[in-house]
Amino acid sequence: MPQRIVIVGGGVGGTIVANLVARALRPDEAMITLIDATGEHAYMPGWLYLPFNGSEGIDLTRPERGLLNKHVQLVTGEVQRIDVSAREVTVHASPGMAGMRGTGGAIEARYGYDYLVLATGARLAPEDLSGLSGSEDAWHHFYSLDGALRLGSALRVLNGGRIVVAIGGIPYRCPPAPLEFLFLLDEWLRKRGIRERTEIEYLSPLPRVFPIESVAEVATPLLEQRDIHYRVFFNTDEVDTERRVVRSLEGEAAEYDLLVMIPPHRGARIVEEAGLGDEQGWIATDRATLEVKGHEGIYALGDATDLPVSKSGSAAHFEAKVVAARLIAAVRGEEPDPQHATYDGEVMCFLETGHNAATQLVFNYENPPHPPRPSLFYHMEKMLFNRAYWHIVPQGLV
Amino acid sequence: MLDIGNIIIDKEIDARGSFCPGPLMELIRGMKALHVGGVLAVLSSDPGSSKDIPAWIQKAGHELIGVFPEQGYTRFVARKTH
Repeated sequence: MPQRIVIVGGGVGGTIVANLVARALRPDEAMITLIDATGEHAYMPGWLYLPFNGSEGIDLTRPERGLLNKHVQLVTGEVQRIDVSAREVTVHASPGMAGMRGTGGAIEARYGYDYLVLATGARLAPEDLSGLSGSEDAWHHFYSLDGALRLGSALRVLNGGRIVVAIGGIPYRCPPAPLEFLFLLDEWLRKRGIRERTEIEYLSPLPRVFPIESVAEVATPLLEQRDIHYRVFFNTDEVDTERRVVRSLEGEAAEYDLLVMIPPHRGARIVEEAGLGDEQGWIATDRATLEVKGHEGIYALGDATDLPVSKSGSAAHFEAKVVAARLIAAVRGEEPDPQHATYDGEVMCFLETGHNAATQLVFNYENPPHPPRPSLFYHMEKMLFNRAYWHIVPQGLV
Repeated sequence: MLDIGNIIIDKEIDARGSFCPGPLMELIRGMKALHVGGVLAVLSSDPGSSKDIPAWIQKAGHELIGVFPEQGYTRFVARKTH
Protein backbone atom coordinates (compact mmCIF):
# COMPACT_ATOMS: atom_id res chain seq x y z
CA MET A 1 0.00 0.00 0.00
CA PRO A 2 1.44 3.40 -0.92
CA GLN A 3 1.78 5.89 1.93
CA ARG A 4 -0.63 8.84 1.64
CA ILE A 5 0.94 12.29 1.63
CA VAL A 6 -1.51 15.20 1.67
CA ILE A 7 -0.22 18.73 1.06
CA VAL A 8 -2.51 21.67 1.81
CA GLY A 9 -1.62 24.78 -0.20
CA GLY A 10 -0.24 25.25 -3.71
CA GLY A 11 2.08 28.16 -3.08
CA VAL A 12 5.82 27.95 -3.57
CA GLY A 13 6.45 25.72 -0.51
CA GLY A 14 3.66 23.18 -1.09
CA THR A 15 4.39 22.90 -4.80
CA ILE A 16 8.12 22.26 -4.32
CA VAL A 17 7.46 19.60 -1.66
CA ALA A 18 4.97 17.85 -3.96
CA ASN A 19 7.36 17.83 -6.91
CA LEU A 20 10.45 16.74 -4.99
CA VAL A 21 8.60 13.90 -3.30
CA ALA A 22 6.93 12.80 -6.54
CA ARG A 23 10.30 12.69 -8.30
CA ALA A 24 11.96 10.66 -5.56
CA LEU A 25 9.24 8.14 -4.71
CA ARG A 26 7.50 5.67 -6.99
CA PRO A 27 3.67 5.72 -7.21
CA ASP A 28 3.59 2.39 -5.36
CA GLU A 29 5.55 3.98 -2.51
CA ALA A 30 3.56 7.19 -2.08
CA MET A 31 0.27 8.69 -3.22
CA ILE A 32 0.66 12.47 -3.25
CA THR A 33 -2.34 14.79 -3.13
CA LEU A 34 -2.04 18.59 -3.21
CA ILE A 35 -5.13 20.57 -2.24
CA ASP A 36 -5.39 24.19 -3.32
CA ALA A 37 -8.38 26.54 -3.10
CA THR A 38 -7.93 28.19 -6.51
CA GLY A 39 -5.74 25.92 -8.59
CA GLU A 40 -3.85 29.06 -9.62
CA HIS A 41 -0.25 29.61 -8.53
CA ALA A 42 0.60 33.24 -7.76
CA TYR A 43 4.05 34.80 -8.07
CA MET A 44 3.60 37.29 -5.25
CA PRO A 45 6.95 39.14 -5.63
CA GLY A 46 5.62 40.44 -8.95
CA TRP A 47 2.93 42.49 -7.17
CA LEU A 48 5.56 44.98 -5.96
CA TYR A 49 6.13 46.24 -9.52
CA LEU A 50 2.46 46.44 -10.52
CA PRO A 51 1.66 49.91 -9.11
CA PHE A 52 4.42 51.33 -11.32
CA ASN A 53 3.47 49.41 -14.49
CA GLY A 54 6.72 47.56 -14.02
CA SER A 55 5.56 43.97 -14.29
CA GLU A 56 5.83 43.59 -18.07
CA GLY A 57 7.31 40.22 -18.89
CA ILE A 58 6.57 38.81 -15.43
CA ASP A 59 3.75 36.24 -15.30
CA LEU A 60 1.83 36.86 -12.11
CA THR A 61 -0.20 33.63 -12.13
CA ARG A 62 -0.12 30.29 -13.88
CA PRO A 63 -2.29 27.19 -13.47
CA GLU A 64 -0.94 25.01 -10.67
CA ARG A 65 -1.53 21.82 -12.67
CA GLY A 66 1.09 22.80 -15.22
CA LEU A 67 3.72 23.21 -12.48
CA LEU A 68 3.13 19.82 -10.85
CA ASN A 69 4.71 16.45 -11.53
CA LYS A 70 2.17 14.17 -13.25
CA HIS A 71 2.16 11.81 -10.25
CA VAL A 72 0.74 14.53 -7.98
CA GLN A 73 -3.05 14.57 -7.75
CA LEU A 74 -4.24 18.19 -7.66
CA VAL A 75 -7.55 18.81 -5.92
CA THR A 76 -9.01 22.28 -6.40
CA GLY A 77 -11.20 22.91 -3.42
CA GLU A 78 -11.32 24.52 0.00
CA VAL A 79 -10.19 22.60 3.02
CA GLN A 80 -13.08 22.69 5.48
CA ARG A 81 -11.62 20.63 8.28
CA ILE A 82 -8.36 19.11 9.40
CA ASP A 83 -8.99 16.29 11.86
CA VAL A 84 -5.62 15.42 13.37
CA SER A 85 -6.95 12.58 15.51
CA ALA A 86 -8.67 10.84 12.57
CA ARG A 87 -5.74 11.92 10.29
CA GLU A 88 -8.17 13.18 7.70
CA VAL A 89 -8.75 16.37 5.68
CA THR A 90 -12.22 17.33 4.45
CA VAL A 91 -12.42 19.40 1.26
CA HIS A 92 -15.39 21.22 -0.31
CA ALA A 93 -15.84 22.74 -3.73
CA SER A 94 -14.57 26.35 -3.68
CA PRO A 95 -17.22 29.09 -3.83
CA GLY A 96 -18.38 29.63 -7.39
CA MET A 97 -17.30 26.17 -8.50
CA ALA A 98 -19.85 23.45 -9.23
CA GLY A 99 -17.50 20.74 -8.03
CA MET A 100 -13.91 20.06 -7.14
CA ARG A 101 -11.55 19.68 -10.03
CA GLY A 102 -9.32 16.64 -9.71
CA THR A 103 -12.06 14.53 -8.12
CA GLY A 104 -14.49 14.08 -11.00
CA GLY A 105 -16.61 17.01 -9.78
CA ALA A 106 -17.48 15.90 -6.24
CA ILE A 107 -18.89 18.56 -3.88
CA GLU A 108 -17.13 17.16 -0.83
CA ALA A 109 -14.33 14.67 -0.36
CA ARG A 110 -12.24 13.34 2.50
CA TYR A 111 -8.56 12.53 2.28
CA GLY A 112 -6.95 10.35 4.89
CA TYR A 113 -3.23 10.85 5.30
CA ASP A 114 -0.16 9.18 6.72
CA TYR A 115 1.78 12.44 6.37
CA LEU A 116 0.32 15.93 6.21
CA VAL A 117 2.09 19.08 4.99
CA LEU A 118 0.59 22.42 5.95
CA ALA A 119 1.68 25.02 3.40
CA THR A 120 -1.35 27.14 4.14
CA GLY A 121 0.36 30.54 3.95
CA ALA A 122 -0.68 33.83 5.50
CA ARG A 123 -3.85 35.83 4.92
CA LEU A 124 -4.45 39.56 5.14
CA ALA A 125 -6.35 40.49 8.29
CA PRO A 126 -7.35 44.19 8.10
CA GLU A 127 -9.81 43.49 10.94
CA ASP A 128 -6.78 43.28 13.27
CA LEU A 129 -6.08 47.02 12.99
CA SER A 130 -8.64 49.54 14.15
CA GLY A 131 -10.03 51.56 11.25
CA LEU A 132 -8.89 49.37 8.36
CA SER A 133 -11.75 46.93 8.02
CA GLY A 134 -14.75 48.25 6.12
CA SER A 135 -12.82 51.25 4.78
CA GLU A 136 -10.85 49.40 2.09
CA ASP A 137 -11.54 52.17 -0.46
CA ALA A 138 -9.77 54.72 1.72
CA TRP A 139 -6.33 53.10 2.00
CA HIS A 140 -4.03 51.12 -0.26
CA HIS A 141 -1.66 48.17 -0.27
CA PHE A 142 0.28 46.00 -2.70
CA TYR A 143 -0.17 42.69 -0.87
CA SER A 144 -2.66 41.24 -3.36
CA LEU A 145 -3.08 41.42 -7.10
CA ASP A 146 -6.22 43.57 -6.78
CA GLY A 147 -4.66 45.79 -4.12
CA ALA A 148 -1.57 46.45 -6.24
CA LEU A 149 -3.70 47.28 -9.31
CA ARG A 150 -5.90 49.66 -7.31
CA LEU A 151 -2.84 51.36 -5.83
CA GLY A 152 -1.47 51.80 -9.35
CA SER A 153 -4.72 53.51 -10.40
CA ALA A 154 -4.51 55.87 -7.41
CA LEU A 155 -0.88 56.75 -8.15
CA ARG A 156 -1.62 57.50 -11.81
CA VAL A 157 -4.09 60.27 -10.86
CA LEU A 158 -1.87 61.60 -8.06
CA ASN A 159 -0.68 65.14 -8.48
CA GLY A 160 1.46 65.53 -5.37
CA GLY A 161 0.65 65.57 -1.65
CA ARG A 162 1.74 63.47 1.26
CA ILE A 163 2.18 59.71 0.90
CA VAL A 164 2.57 57.71 4.10
CA VAL A 165 3.77 54.09 4.09
CA ALA A 166 3.04 52.34 7.39
CA ILE A 167 3.20 48.84 8.88
CA GLY A 168 -0.15 47.54 10.11
CA GLY A 169 1.04 44.56 12.11
CA ILE A 170 3.85 42.14 12.74
CA PRO A 171 4.82 39.80 11.19
CA TYR A 172 4.10 40.56 7.55
CA ARG A 173 5.18 38.90 4.32
CA CYS A 174 8.48 39.91 2.75
CA PRO A 175 10.08 42.31 5.26
CA PRO A 176 12.09 44.20 2.56
CA ALA A 177 8.96 44.97 0.50
CA PRO A 178 8.03 48.30 2.19
CA LEU A 179 11.55 49.66 1.59
CA GLU A 180 11.56 48.39 -1.98
CA PHE A 181 8.19 50.06 -2.52
CA LEU A 182 9.52 53.38 -1.18
CA PHE A 183 12.55 53.32 -3.50
CA LEU A 184 10.46 52.39 -6.54
CA LEU A 185 7.84 55.02 -5.63
CA ASP A 186 10.47 57.74 -5.39
CA GLU A 187 11.89 56.77 -8.78
CA TRP A 188 8.45 56.68 -10.39
CA LEU A 189 7.43 60.07 -8.98
CA ARG A 190 10.69 61.61 -10.27
CA LYS A 191 10.07 60.18 -13.74
CA ARG A 192 6.58 61.65 -13.69
CA GLY A 193 7.98 65.02 -12.65
CA ILE A 194 5.88 65.31 -9.48
CA ARG A 195 8.44 64.26 -6.87
CA GLU A 196 9.07 67.86 -5.76
CA ARG A 197 5.46 68.35 -4.79
CA THR A 198 5.16 64.93 -3.14
CA GLU A 199 6.31 64.19 0.37
CA ILE A 200 6.99 60.56 1.28
CA GLU A 201 7.14 59.35 4.86
CA TYR A 202 7.86 55.83 6.09
CA LEU A 203 6.66 54.86 9.55
CA SER A 204 8.89 52.07 10.85
CA PRO A 205 7.81 50.07 13.91
CA LEU A 206 11.47 49.51 14.84
CA PRO A 207 14.28 51.69 16.15
CA ARG A 208 15.60 51.69 12.56
CA VAL A 209 14.20 51.30 9.05
CA PHE A 210 14.73 47.53 8.80
CA PRO A 211 14.78 44.73 11.40
CA ILE A 212 18.39 43.73 10.67
CA GLU A 213 20.96 46.39 11.55
CA SER A 214 23.34 45.61 8.66
CA VAL A 215 20.52 46.10 6.16
CA ALA A 216 19.29 49.27 7.86
CA GLU A 217 22.83 50.65 7.51
CA VAL A 218 22.58 50.23 3.72
CA ALA A 219 18.99 51.46 3.38
CA THR A 220 19.02 54.52 5.66
CA PRO A 221 21.50 56.64 3.64
CA LEU A 222 19.57 55.76 0.48
CA LEU A 223 16.32 57.02 2.02
CA GLU A 224 18.07 60.23 3.08
CA GLN A 225 19.68 60.78 -0.33
CA ARG A 226 16.27 60.48 -1.97
CA ASP A 227 14.52 62.75 0.51
CA ILE A 228 12.27 59.96 1.78
CA HIS A 229 11.40 60.88 5.35
CA TYR A 230 11.14 58.21 8.01
CA ARG A 231 10.07 57.94 11.61
CA VAL A 232 11.11 55.05 13.85
CA PHE A 233 9.25 53.38 16.74
CA PHE A 234 5.93 54.00 15.04
CA ASN A 235 3.76 50.93 15.63
CA THR A 236 0.46 51.67 13.95
CA ASP A 237 -2.43 51.24 16.35
CA GLU A 238 -5.28 53.01 14.56
CA VAL A 239 -6.15 54.41 11.16
CA ASP A 240 -8.69 57.22 10.91
CA THR A 241 -9.61 57.32 7.24
CA GLU A 242 -12.08 60.23 7.75
CA ARG A 243 -9.43 62.56 9.20
CA ARG A 244 -6.67 60.90 7.16
CA VAL A 245 -4.42 60.25 10.09
CA VAL A 246 -2.52 57.21 11.39
CA ARG A 247 -1.89 56.89 15.15
CA SER A 248 0.74 54.78 16.88
CA LEU A 249 0.99 52.62 20.00
CA GLU A 250 3.68 55.06 21.12
CA GLY A 251 1.24 57.99 21.05
CA GLU A 252 2.25 59.72 17.80
CA ALA A 253 0.21 60.66 14.73
CA ALA A 254 0.93 61.05 11.01
CA GLU A 255 -1.37 62.77 8.51
CA TYR A 256 -1.60 61.62 4.91
CA ASP A 257 -3.18 62.29 1.55
CA LEU A 258 -2.51 58.76 0.31
CA LEU A 259 -1.96 55.88 2.73
CA VAL A 260 -0.09 52.74 1.75
CA MET A 261 -0.52 50.28 4.60
CA ILE A 262 1.20 46.93 4.95
CA PRO A 263 -1.92 45.10 6.17
CA PRO A 264 -1.87 42.96 9.31
CA HIS A 265 -1.39 39.26 8.52
CA ARG A 266 -2.66 36.08 10.16
CA GLY A 267 -2.33 32.37 9.52
CA ALA A 268 -4.99 30.49 7.54
CA ARG A 269 -8.48 30.21 9.04
CA ILE A 270 -8.45 26.44 8.69
CA VAL A 271 -5.32 26.27 10.85
CA GLU A 272 -6.98 28.32 13.58
CA GLU A 273 -10.12 26.17 13.39
CA ALA A 274 -8.08 22.96 13.65
CA GLY A 275 -6.50 24.29 16.85
CA LEU A 276 -3.04 24.19 15.28
CA GLY A 277 -2.31 27.94 15.41
CA ASP A 278 -1.22 30.42 18.06
CA GLU A 279 -3.26 33.57 18.76
CA GLN A 280 -2.42 34.87 15.27
CA GLY A 281 -2.90 31.52 13.58
CA TRP A 282 0.80 30.68 13.08
CA ILE A 283 1.65 26.99 13.47
CA ALA A 284 4.08 26.04 16.27
CA THR A 285 6.82 24.42 14.20
CA ASP A 286 10.15 22.83 15.14
CA ARG A 287 12.80 25.20 13.81
CA ALA A 288 15.10 22.40 12.58
CA THR A 289 12.84 19.50 11.54
CA LEU A 290 9.81 21.63 10.51
CA GLU A 291 7.53 19.08 12.18
CA VAL A 292 4.47 20.63 13.82
CA LYS A 293 5.11 20.58 17.56
CA GLY A 294 3.21 17.78 19.25
CA HIS A 295 1.99 16.25 15.97
CA GLU A 296 4.12 13.46 14.55
CA GLY A 297 3.92 13.16 10.78
CA ILE A 298 2.59 16.70 10.25
CA TYR A 299 4.96 19.29 8.78
CA ALA A 300 4.54 23.03 8.27
CA LEU A 301 6.51 25.43 6.12
CA GLY A 302 6.53 28.88 4.60
CA ASP A 303 4.40 31.75 5.83
CA ALA A 304 2.20 29.36 7.87
CA THR A 305 4.80 28.69 10.58
CA ASP A 306 5.70 30.59 13.73
CA LEU A 307 9.43 30.36 12.93
CA PRO A 308 11.59 33.44 13.55
CA VAL A 309 12.50 33.84 9.87
CA SER A 310 11.06 36.17 7.28
CA LYS A 311 7.74 35.20 5.77
CA SER A 312 8.94 34.89 2.22
CA GLY A 313 8.96 32.61 -0.78
CA SER A 314 12.68 32.20 -0.24
CA ALA A 315 12.27 30.76 3.26
CA ALA A 316 9.49 28.48 1.98
CA HIS A 317 11.76 27.37 -0.88
CA PHE A 318 14.59 26.28 1.45
CA GLU A 319 12.17 24.76 3.96
CA ALA A 320 10.45 22.71 1.23
CA LYS A 321 13.66 20.81 0.53
CA VAL A 322 13.91 19.88 4.21
CA VAL A 323 10.28 18.72 4.43
CA ALA A 324 10.67 16.70 1.22
CA ALA A 325 13.86 15.03 2.50
CA ARG A 326 12.08 14.06 5.74
CA LEU A 327 9.01 12.71 3.91
CA ILE A 328 11.11 10.67 1.50
CA ALA A 329 13.11 9.14 4.36
CA ALA A 330 9.96 8.44 6.39
CA VAL A 331 8.18 6.68 3.52
CA ARG A 332 11.27 4.55 2.89
CA GLY A 333 11.61 3.77 6.57
CA GLU A 334 15.05 5.40 6.70
CA GLU A 335 16.59 7.85 9.10
CA PRO A 336 16.58 11.38 7.60
CA ASP A 337 19.98 12.62 6.45
CA PRO A 338 20.73 15.38 8.98
CA GLN A 339 22.51 17.53 6.39
CA HIS A 340 19.61 17.79 3.95
CA ALA A 341 16.78 17.28 6.39
CA THR A 342 17.61 20.09 8.84
CA TYR A 343 16.53 23.71 8.33
CA ASP A 344 19.13 26.22 9.53
CA GLY A 345 17.01 29.32 8.90
CA GLU A 346 18.42 29.91 5.42
CA VAL A 347 16.92 32.82 3.47
CA MET A 348 18.21 34.48 0.31
CA CYS A 349 16.39 37.45 -1.14
CA PHE A 350 16.85 40.68 -3.04
CA LEU A 351 16.14 44.24 -2.01
CA GLU A 352 15.35 46.57 -4.92
CA THR A 353 16.72 50.06 -4.28
CA GLY A 354 15.32 51.78 -7.37
CA HIS A 355 17.05 53.28 -10.42
CA ASN A 356 17.97 49.80 -11.69
CA ALA A 357 19.91 48.77 -8.60
CA ALA A 358 19.39 46.15 -5.92
CA THR A 359 21.24 44.40 -3.14
CA GLN A 360 21.03 40.84 -1.85
CA LEU A 361 20.34 39.47 1.64
CA VAL A 362 21.66 36.02 2.55
CA PHE A 363 21.28 34.88 6.16
CA ASN A 364 20.30 32.06 8.49
CA TYR A 365 19.43 31.61 12.18
CA GLU A 366 23.01 32.24 13.29
CA ASN A 367 24.48 34.62 10.71
CA PRO A 368 23.03 38.00 9.81
CA PRO A 369 23.28 39.23 6.21
CA HIS A 370 26.09 41.42 4.92
CA PRO A 371 24.38 43.10 1.97
CA PRO A 372 26.69 44.21 -0.84
CA ARG A 373 26.54 47.76 -2.20
CA PRO A 374 23.40 48.10 -4.36
CA SER A 375 24.22 47.62 -8.03
CA LEU A 376 22.82 46.89 -11.47
CA PHE A 377 24.15 43.33 -11.16
CA TYR A 378 21.74 42.33 -8.37
CA HIS A 379 18.86 44.17 -10.03
CA MET A 380 19.46 42.19 -13.25
CA GLU A 381 19.71 38.99 -11.23
CA LYS A 382 16.32 39.76 -9.64
CA MET A 383 14.80 40.60 -13.04
CA LEU A 384 16.13 37.32 -14.39
CA PHE A 385 14.75 35.46 -11.37
CA ASN A 386 11.31 37.05 -11.91
CA ARG A 387 11.20 35.42 -15.33
CA ALA A 388 13.07 32.19 -14.60
CA TYR A 389 10.93 31.47 -11.51
CA TRP A 390 8.25 29.56 -13.41
CA HIS A 391 10.76 27.21 -15.00
CA ILE A 392 13.00 26.31 -12.07
CA VAL A 393 11.52 27.09 -8.64
CA PRO A 394 8.14 25.31 -8.35
CA GLN A 395 9.66 22.22 -9.96
CA GLY A 396 12.30 22.10 -7.22
CA LEU A 397 15.17 22.35 -9.72
CA VAL A 398 17.13 24.91 -7.67
CA MET B 1 2.84 31.17 33.86
CA LEU B 2 6.45 31.32 34.96
CA ASP B 3 7.78 32.62 38.27
CA ILE B 4 11.14 34.44 38.37
CA GLY B 5 11.75 35.37 42.00
CA ASN B 6 8.53 37.15 42.90
CA ILE B 7 7.62 38.20 39.34
CA ILE B 8 4.84 36.27 37.68
CA ILE B 9 5.39 36.11 33.92
CA ASP B 10 2.15 35.77 31.97
CA LYS B 11 3.78 34.94 28.64
CA GLU B 12 7.30 34.13 27.52
CA ILE B 13 8.42 34.35 23.90
CA ASP B 14 11.55 32.50 22.77
CA ALA B 15 13.06 34.71 20.05
CA ARG B 16 16.56 33.24 20.24
CA GLY B 17 18.30 32.86 16.91
CA SER B 18 16.00 35.38 15.32
CA PHE B 19 17.29 38.15 13.07
CA CYS B 20 14.30 38.83 10.91
CA PRO B 21 11.85 40.10 12.04
CA GLY B 22 13.76 39.82 15.32
CA PRO B 23 13.22 39.78 19.09
CA LEU B 24 11.99 43.39 19.34
CA MET B 25 9.24 42.63 16.85
CA GLU B 26 8.27 39.58 18.89
CA LEU B 27 8.13 41.74 22.01
CA ILE B 28 5.94 44.40 20.34
CA ARG B 29 3.65 41.70 18.95
CA GLY B 30 3.44 40.10 22.39
CA MET B 31 2.74 43.44 24.11
CA LYS B 32 -0.06 44.22 21.71
CA ALA B 33 -1.78 40.92 22.47
CA LEU B 34 -1.23 41.12 26.26
CA HIS B 35 -3.75 42.52 28.76
CA VAL B 36 -2.91 45.78 30.58
CA GLY B 37 -0.94 44.93 33.72
CA GLY B 38 0.35 41.68 32.20
CA VAL B 39 4.03 40.72 32.26
CA LEU B 40 5.84 39.56 29.15
CA ALA B 41 9.28 37.97 28.86
CA VAL B 42 11.30 37.72 25.66
CA LEU B 43 14.41 35.58 25.27
CA SER B 44 16.96 37.00 22.85
CA SER B 45 20.42 35.96 21.70
CA ASP B 46 20.77 39.08 19.53
CA PRO B 47 23.26 41.52 21.12
CA GLY B 48 21.31 44.44 19.56
CA SER B 49 18.34 43.67 21.82
CA SER B 50 20.05 45.10 24.90
CA LYS B 51 19.76 48.52 23.26
CA ASP B 52 16.59 48.14 21.17
CA ILE B 53 14.26 46.49 23.67
CA PRO B 54 14.71 48.92 26.61
CA ALA B 55 14.54 51.83 24.14
CA TRP B 56 11.20 50.71 22.75
CA ILE B 57 9.74 49.97 26.18
CA GLN B 58 10.67 53.49 27.29
CA LYS B 59 9.35 55.07 24.08
CA ALA B 60 6.05 53.20 24.35
CA GLY B 61 5.72 54.06 28.05
CA HIS B 62 5.68 50.52 29.42
CA GLU B 63 7.71 49.30 32.42
CA LEU B 64 10.98 47.40 32.07
CA ILE B 65 11.02 45.06 35.06
CA GLY B 66 14.44 43.60 34.39
CA VAL B 67 17.12 42.36 32.04
CA PHE B 68 18.40 38.93 33.13
CA PRO B 69 21.55 37.55 31.48
CA GLU B 70 21.37 33.76 31.02
CA GLN B 71 23.73 31.23 29.40
CA GLY B 72 24.10 32.53 25.81
CA TYR B 73 20.98 34.68 25.85
CA THR B 74 19.16 37.41 27.75
CA ARG B 75 15.66 37.42 29.23
CA PHE B 76 13.87 40.79 29.02
CA VAL B 77 10.86 41.17 31.30
CA ALA B 78 8.36 44.02 30.90
CA ARG B 79 4.94 45.02 32.18
CA LYS B 80 2.24 46.47 29.91
CA THR B 81 1.10 49.64 31.65
CA HIS B 82 -1.60 51.03 29.32
